[in-house]
Amino acid sequence: MSLHLAIKFGISGLLTGGVYSLIAIGLSLIFGVMGVINFAHGQMMVWGMYIAYWLFVLLGIEPYFSLLVSAGALFAMGFVVQKLVVNRILDYPEAMQVLPLIGLGLILENSALLFWGPDHRSPQMSLSLSTIWLGDVMLDVPRIIAFVIALLIAFLLFLFLKKTDTGKAIRAAADNRLGARLVGIKVDHINNISFAIGAASVGAAGALMLPLIPLCPHLGHDFTLTAFVIVILGGLGSITGAMVGGLILGVAESLGTLFIPPSMKQVVSFTIMVVIMLLKPQGLFGGKR
Amino acid sequence: MRRCLFFSAIFLILLTLPFLVSHYVVGIFILIFYYAYLGQCWNVLTGYTGYISLGHGIFLGIGAYTTAYLFLSFGITPWLGMLIGGLIAAAVGLFMGFLGFRFGLRGIYFVLLTIAFAELGRIITLHIKALGSFTGLFIPFKPSFLNFQFRGNIPYYYIAFALMIFSLALVRIIERSRLGRYFIAIREDEDAAEALGVHSFRYKMISLAISGFLTALGGAFYTNYIYYIHPNTVFGIIPSIEIILRPIVGGMGTLFGPVVGSFVLTPLAEFSRTYFAKGGYEGLHLIIYGFLMILVVLFLPQGIISYIEKPLKSLLNGDHRVRRSEAEDASFGDKRPS
Repeated sequence: MSLHLAIKFGISGLLTGGVYSLIAIGLSLIFGVMGVINFAHGQMMVWGMYIAYWLFVLLGIEPYFSLLVSAGALFAMGFVVQKLVVNRILDYPEAMQVLPLIGLGLILENSALLFWGPDHRSPQMSLSLSTIWLGDVMLDVPRIIAFVIALLIAFLLFLFLKKTDTGKAIRAAADNRLGARLVGIKVDHINNISFAIGAASVGAAGALMLPLIPLCPHLGHDFTLTAFVIVILGGLGSITGAMVGGLILGVAESLGTLFIPPSMKQVVSFTIMVVIMLLKPQGLFGGKR
Repeated sequence: MRRCLFFSAIFLILLTLPFLVSHYVVGIFILIFYYAYLGQCWNVLTGYTGYISLGHGIFLGIGAYTTAYLFLSFGITPWLGMLIGGLIAAAVGLFMGFLGFRFGLRGIYFVLLTIAFAELGRIITLHIKALGSFTGLFIPFKPSFLNFQFRGNIPYYYIAFALMIFSLALVRIIERSRLGRYFIAIREDEDAAEALGVHSFRYKMISLAISGFLTALGGAFYTNYIYYIHPNTVFGIIPSIEIILRPIVGGMGTLFGPVVGSFVLTPLAEFSRTYFAKGGYEGLHLIIYGFLMILVVLFLPQGIISYIEKPLKSLLNGDHRVRRSEAEDASFGDKRPS
């Protein structure tokens, strides 16, 4: 019985972990290129969720399609934020870089509160309650779809970074900003694109999350923190690390709820973070320090 | 001489102020002093060593909850309880420092660690029955000096004022001492400082412990002033942001930065909070905080103090060539009670 429950929670956690991976990839990409941690990451995801929510409630578009809109809107937001704010603070000490992004997080979170109120919303979608049986383990369909789409987006992003010119320029800028500038890459523009892509992936992740958890304006910083833990686990700046870290954290959090109340599930991720900092601070997949 | 006169004048004005103004204004001044004090505590760590903490809520919460718990369960006077809370906070700070500094984790990693601690403190406290879990703790009102409870808010005014002056004096002493020089050396260039023989691990730990201890005292004051504590109001990231905002706006790493920041920002925050909450715009003051954090870093990275320091100095030293700038001093003077 207990084993059966553990398997069910484990699989469900793995599926959620796919979306976590997508969130963390966005964070890791932004860090990798700019060396800046996006402290508004979770709040950006919440905006992605609200966009998907309103498109569903007002126009009846399922989040699996509206994620394109969420991603597009967040792409624009990321671009603007990078252009107006982050590009100006790249040479500041790390400590000072943190503050404007926390400020942005506060703005996003509380403007959502101001516009849409503090209520928890969970829209009933056509697939909301459908489940399938895998042997004798029951799984909910939205989670499986979210997992598949998240992995697909992550894979496309990976291809984009490996194969396209822009992708190569992004990796070059991440590797050595000055060197990239010397060979003629417009680094400022690449920065804008990178932040925008990072924000877009978290926006898409938001749309995928919508069927899975009730939406409220204050979700954001929990997800910001979860994303941090994942990238620390995987190694700051490493895309593969973010991918694997997300899956690990999803499973760990889900299994954790077997032992502690769900409202304490962050204790699991913080414990992982502390252990990683003690044993392998550069993370599982190396990455930058 | 002028300098001495200037500061004693301000000191005297602040000392007699509670008898001249209304209850409401005294309340605002208590908050000004309180946040100036907390900002100064944070400044000891972040301003001087350059390690940014976004988790000072953990220390504040430990101070508040230790005092309240010891008082409610064992009848231990808050005066003693706050010291115990301070020691616990310092111990937690040392543990945090041990995790963060042992591998020489810098910048971002340390920030994340502090946030994690503050959030962990909040979540764990929310689930401890003895600490009131989701309902928080109420302190019954039994006014006496020993209970750290007073009728009216004038005694609190003087306690908060004393805390602020104490923190100013302490930071002044640290700033002038070898310890302070080491802190600043670490902030400016840690590798160079180490190369010159500064044991950076030890001094970062000292700074964190002092900062944690002092912040916890502030938490104890909060408990006994508000009579009600809840994990969301003392632990976690929002109180931590409240703490860091004043020194950032005022100018971190300077003696008077947190005080100036608090004199500017606290009244603004209080008015906007009451005004917007009345109008049903919950959270609007946090949006304003957000914009402030962005704008200050972009346009005022050295804080307000960097703009008023020079004219003020020339005024105090009686340098008549810079008369023109006295107009700016006047605006500084307005922030203080007149």
